[in-house]
Amino acid sequence: MNILTMTRQAATARSRAPLRRDGGRSHPRRAARRAKAAPYLFLAPFLCVFAAFIVAPLGYALYLSLLRTELIGGQVFVGIANYTQAIRDSAFYAGLGRVALFFVIQVPAMLVLAIVFALILDSGTLRLRRLFRLGFFVPYAVPSVVGALIWGYLYGRQFGPIDQLTSALGLHQPDLLSSGIMLPSLANVVTWEYTGYNMIIIFAALQAVPAELRDAAAVDGAGPVRFALRVKVPLVRPAIVLTTIFSIIGSLQLFTEPQIMFSIAPSVIGNNYTPNLYAYNLSFTNQQYEYSAAISFLLGAVIFAGSYLFMWRVNRRARSAS
Amino acid sequence: MPRQTWRMWALALAGAALTAGAAACGGSAAPAHSGPVTVTFWTWVPHLGKEVALFEKTHPGIKVNVVDPGQGAVAYQKLQTAIKAGKGAPDAAQIEYQMLPTFEVTHGLVNLAKYGAGKLRSAFVPSAWDQVVSQGGIWGIPQDTGPMGVLYRKDIFQRYKLSVPTTWAQFAADAAKLHRANPGITMTDLAPNDPGQLNGLFWQAGSRPFRMQGGTSIAVSVNDPGATRAAAYWQKLDQQGQISTDPDFTPQWYSSMAKGRYATWITAAWGPLFLSGAAKSSAGEWRAAPLPQWTAGQDVSADWGGSTTAVTTQSKHPQQAAEFAMWLNSNPQAVRMLAAPPLFLFPSLKSALGTASFHNSAPSFYGGQHVNALFSQIAQTVPAGFEWSPFQAYVYSQYTSTIGKAMTGKGSWVGALAAAQQSITGYAKSQGLTVTGG
Repeated sequence: MNILTMTRQAATARSRAPLRRDGGRSHPRRAARRAKAAPYLFLAPFLCVFAAFIVAPLGYALYLSLLRTELIGGQVFVGIANYTQAIRDSAFYAGLGRVALFFVIQVPAMLVLAIVFALILDSGTLRLRRLFRLGFFVPYAVPSVVGALIWGYLYGRQFGPIDQLTSALGLHQPDLLSSGIMLPSLANVVTWEYTGYNMIIIFAALQAVPAELRDAAAVDGAGPVRFALRVKVPLVRPAIVLTTIFSIIGSLQLFTEPQIMFSIAPSVIGNNYTPNLYAYNLSFTNQQYEYSAAISFLLGAVIFAGSYLFMWRVNRRARSAS
Repeated sequence: MPRQTWRMWALALAGAALTAGAAACGGSAAPAHSGPVTVTFWTWVPHLGKEVALFEKTHPGIKVNVVDPGQGAVAYQKLQTAIKAGKGAPDAAQIEYQMLPTFEVTHGLVNLAKYGAGKLRSAFVPSAWDQVVSQGGIWGIPQDTGPMGVLYRKDIFQRYKLSVPTTWAQFAADAAKLHRANPGITMTDLAPNDPGQLNGLFWQAGSRPFRMQGGTSIAVSVNDPGATRAAAYWQKLDQQGQISTDPDFTPQWYSSMAKGRYATWITAAWGPLFLSGAAKSSAGEWRAAPLPQWTAGQDVSADWGGSTTAVTTQSKHPQQAAEFAMWLNSNPQAVRMLAAPPLFLFPSLKSALGTASFHNSAPSFYGGQHVNALFSQIAQTVPAGFEWSPFQAYVYSQYTSTIGKAMTGKGSWVGALAAAQQSITGYAKSQGLTVTGG
């Protein structure tokens, strides 16, 4: 049920009210009460699921993070000991450093590509616009596990097509899965997957740019490129901010792609290539559920701080600009 | 009217949810007092239909429900989670030797001595039986085992005039000779992602990394002289580029096996059959030999792989589950079926290793060599007395992240072994164990 049908129903109810026989004084108040309760009623399904699958597990994980299970002796309350261990854990920082580097390199490249693609699609100069829009977006529709598997195959030495091509040309393919090149290789996979997704968000925002602006810009003598950079991009700034926030969260939580690459490059990925992978291995290999919970909360705090810092800077700039 | 429809929908949904919930819970019906008892068995061995049918026929009171939880680590995660949750574990489960103490120490397994497993002791190869016994209990019944040997490419050995090595010194000489003649082929591949292989090589070299003492104390010596000796040996070959360090069971590895990029595969008794399926195009070129020895004239192997059938403490029918575990792995007819196509499990039961049909199989993939007979002999040379830690998943992940890294980076394997010793000791302490020795 969407907002439209809700308003329509409300309107019908209002128009019917005078016709009702029992139209006593109490009735409008009851209607008002009902109207007040309505949003919560509609929210209830979401809130129930949210409470059951987000809030409750979070609460349980927080509780777990204060305990420690030992093979000998069982579960004991240790207070913040897991956290004090976590903030001194070099394995955690190694992963964090890697995803931070990943964020700094991959996200700007991906977002610039997404903006450029969106602007080209929006400019109306492209033929087969729908085909291109779909084409850019299709990688996002491919499950990331499948995407990572396929890229792993493409990268592989001695069996991948890149290798076959380079050796046919008499060249030698660098090992794209070696420890030095793994991060760019992963960045490439993620860029392939998510550029289309970000492009769609920005493209949707571009659709809302009023057409009169184009004429106004043309009258002022701005060419299409200038119009795009000086008018369109600033107007879709909220969408770009949104995609950046998504990307901060996505980068710091990088998991699927390195997890898949583990099977073909185990010693490069190891068990702590990214913080999320580290938390996963702590739980399911080391059986350290509680410490894993602490690491997860710490990562959550870093993500929150990163996103908040970014929003704060954006807002400050917006304020100083106005 | 619209509200009523809404309510109807809500009711319908709630109803559906309830039925779904009830259906989900339906599996855990209370045990019946009369009639057959159903034993659930988690295993990733496929095609057990015939064995189960035979068991149910000869044991009218017991039905077996076989469930595939996924292989190895996946299955252990599920089993560990179920044991931790206190419900959801099967009656019986396939557990590899190295993981038995992990489940035993958290009181997840039933001591099968209670159900008469002790009488089976002499029926099994000593090294296999030795691995299911610890802390005065019998925690699983051996199923298959993996005594280690070498599969080698006869054509490559002939072309480069290499002799089949009987000592590791000869193996290294062969490796150097081969590397000089053709750097495109390496003597063998050691997998940085497969600690079981490395562990077997350490075992053969005399390493005994763990010894539990009284249930709460453990001696940890991952970098003991045996392991260090083997690590130093392989480190040298690795740094000279004479061996490969590609992860095993990957597309690259399969292609290298089939195309003859590795002259040998150091593997276990389950390897010959596996390879004949995985590298079909190289049929006829392969032969099998025992592991090279550290001291000439000796006859020492080690185990890599192999499983047991264990009974969980959550089982409501431990006696019936134990009955099944013992029957499946010690009944001559059942074991013969397990060792035959399509399963080909390499038996740990002495009588099965000795049967003529098993010995006389001469696969053309190995040029008619009696591979099973060879590995049956090797099975007798696996030294008993090797103990697994009660946190073997952690140990193996440490092997991968320390030695595995040194392998691919051509770094110091010996140094990595020392680093592994340190982290494993730390982990053992964090688990409340008293760590001695080292």
